[in-house]
Amino acid sequence: MSHIKIKLHENQLQFIKDTCKEFNYNAGDLINILHKLQDKFGYLPSEVQEAVANELKIPTAKVYGIVTFYSYFTMVPKGEYPINICLGTACYVRGAEKILDEFKKQLNIKVGESTPDGKFSLNCLRCVGACGLAPVVMIGEKTYGRVAPDDVKKILSEYQHD
Amino acid sequence: MKTVNITINNIPLEVPKSTTILQAAKMINIEIPTLCHMKLEDFCIENKPAGCRICMVDVKGRRNLVPSCVTECTEGMVIETSNPRIINARRTVLELILSDHPFECLICPKNGKCDLQSLAQELGVREIRYTGEQSTYRMDTSQAIIRNPEKCIMCRRCELMCNTVQTCGVLSAVNRGFMSVVAPAFEQNLDHSPCTFCGQCVAVCPTAALTEVDQTGKLIQALADPDKVVVVQTAPAVRVTLGEEFGLKPGTIVTGKMVTALKRLGFNYVFDTDFAADLTIMEEGTELLNRLTKYLNGDKSVKLPILTSCCPAWVNFFEKNFPDLLDIPSSAKSPQQMFGAVAKNYFAKQLNIPREKLVVVSVMPCVAKKYEAQREEFRVNNDPDVNISITTRELATLIKQTVQDFNSLPESDFDRPLGESTGAAAIFGTTGGVIEAAVRTAYELYTKKPLPKIEFEELRGMEWIRKATVDFDGLKLNIGIAHGLGNARKLLEEIQAGKSEFHAIEIMACPGGCIGGGGQPQHHGKSEIIKARQKAIYEEDRRLPLRKSHENPYIIKLYEEYLGHPMSELSHELLHTKYFQKQPEIIIEND
Repeated sequence: MSHIKIKLHENQLQFIKDTCKEFNYNAGDLINILHKLQDKFGYLPSEVQEAVANELKIPTAKVYGIVTFYSYFTMVPKGEYPINICLGTACYVRGAEKILDEFKKQLNIKVGESTPDGKFSLNCLRCVGACGLAPVVMIGEKTYGRVAPDDVKKILSEYQHD
Repeated sequence: MKTVNITINNIPLEVPKSTTILQAAKMINIEIPTLCHMKLEDFCIENKPAGCRICMVDVKGRRNLVPSCVTECTEGMVIETSNPRIINARRTVLELILSDHPFECLICPKNGKCDLQSLAQELGVREIRYTGEQSTYRMDTSQAIIRNPEKCIMCRRCELMCNTVQTCGVLSAVNRGFMSVVAPAFEQNLDHSPCTFCGQCVAVCPTAALTEVDQTGKLIQALADPDKVVVVQTAPAVRVTLGEEFGLKPGTIVTGKMVTALKRLGFNYVFDTDFAADLTIMEEGTELLNRLTKYLNGDKSVKLPILTSCCPAWVNFFEKNFPDLLDIPSSAKSPQQMFGAVAKNYFAKQLNIPREKLVVVSVMPCVAKKYEAQREEFRVNNDPDVNISITTRELATLIKQTVQDFNSLPESDFDRPLGESTGAAAIFGTTGGVIEAAVRTAYELYTKKPLPKIEFEELRGMEWIRKATVDFDGLKLNIGIAHGLGNARKLLEEIQAGKSEFHAIEIMACPGGCIGGGGQPQHHGKSEIIKARQKAIYEEDRRLPLRKSHENPYIIKLYEEYLGHPMSELSHELLHTKYFQKQPEIIIEND
């Protein structure tokens, strides 16, 4: 996993402290605390995890263990346009993996990563409830149905204008 | 006490309620194979994550096999510990573990001492039916410990020691499923983590996922170099454990054989860390009395309690966790480093050679000593006071390579002058020993009277935290003792809260003290081995003619000829040190 090193601003640190306080510094609420922080920051960089560990008085390694266990948590900031490829059963049997490979090739990143310019991030999910449109790709809130590998380049070009 | 009636392999049995099947089977000498499970009985440490699924047994009426390490016996339970179904299951589980484990047993540092290897042997595994992807991880070589996560079998014993016992919180299970592994936060290097290098993770690791940094190659090179004079010092706890590596009973004292073996290995002088332990007592004992006298005279600049500072993992622990208490530990260096300083400054002069020509080697029960020897403040012009530090295990390997039959070796004495020592130094190797040695000397220096009784039973034992009051002819000295860093933390938090009642506290990082150190022969979870070693330490003390550090004639001579007196200017320069605030930093190692 690639990591990004940042320095927290005073108000960000304060938000972390307030959140931990809100949960009475209860280590049993670690997952809820991390949810709230990821909602706020978009991801959970190492400095955030360390600050949480300090507040809750638990080892940073434990926090990192939780963050890396649950796929919802991420240590990489999402791109401006987050790409989600559905790998649910219906999409999968209709060739979602080939679509995923094409996105990886076009963007030159792996699943869970973002492009160096911060424009796109690539992730997978299981079933968006649009199986009739399989295989499905979501970019931000926009849904693309019946995607073929050849369409990928064109889809990405829609976001290249700026 | 409530009991339940059960049957194991057709043997009826009554056991206390909440006994596990594994414990019950042990009561009637039925062995159930285990892998992740570990119980250090005398320290109340038990690891039972029920993760490996090797100890599965059949319970009548249950559809699935159950893990015996966590399943408690209930009334009327009928248990089978071996039948074809169980054997099949155990083999399958083991084959699956092995399918994701490197096959390099022949060149593995744990070859012959690996729990996984022994289990494969016991279960007679001859082929692995499962092939597929193997997990790959980056190796992490720190200043003392090597992490090779590819050999990790997720038993999580190290995690228990690191978090529950030592409260260092370095190691945790991270990632998920196939990729899960035990690692520091952000999978960063141990060197950048809050690791103290206590080595308790190494002491309990069943495989070679955690091992010490091997320095035997470097040592052989030094011994082969005709331009170098190579001297060795051996720590007090090594002579009571080395024999175990050669099949001797735990607690066998092998001092004389060890000295012979070291001479045959080619060391120019075989000296003793015990000499430096006596020197430590002179300095630390005097410092204690100075601080105590000033304190009793109302000098507010003096803080008590004084804390011992012999244990490098303990020093790391307070430097990293208690930056506000850096002024209370004794400033005395550890015996390893005192020896190094005396050897390079005093002994090298006697030999009329420059310090760079002298190679100082230490044999330690410890992996943190490897780190300590590399600390910046313990070197002059980039020449370290202690050049190479090896563990008891590494010494055993070297002896096996060179001297064939250890057990039939004749006994020899340490060389002079740095090989003479007293019983006070011998007990440095066990919890309670350093403070007992200090009390023996401090008592006589303070009261100017001979000790009525040399042995202080009240300071001995294996309880995690012990308290005793020693009467210095009217002055009541409150002494605290803790081993295991989690227990040390409790005493330090008392000090922070201003609630500590102690004048002096001894801390050792490892359970039992150095006899349970991370560099010692594997105890495989048998705490009775550590107890046998402790008994041997006190026996070694009893058989020595001199038992108080200040009576060591070579220590007296060293002060007369060279240092002047304890806490003199030269003593301060050579034998005392400073402590530094060391906050762990986040440094991410990208693959």
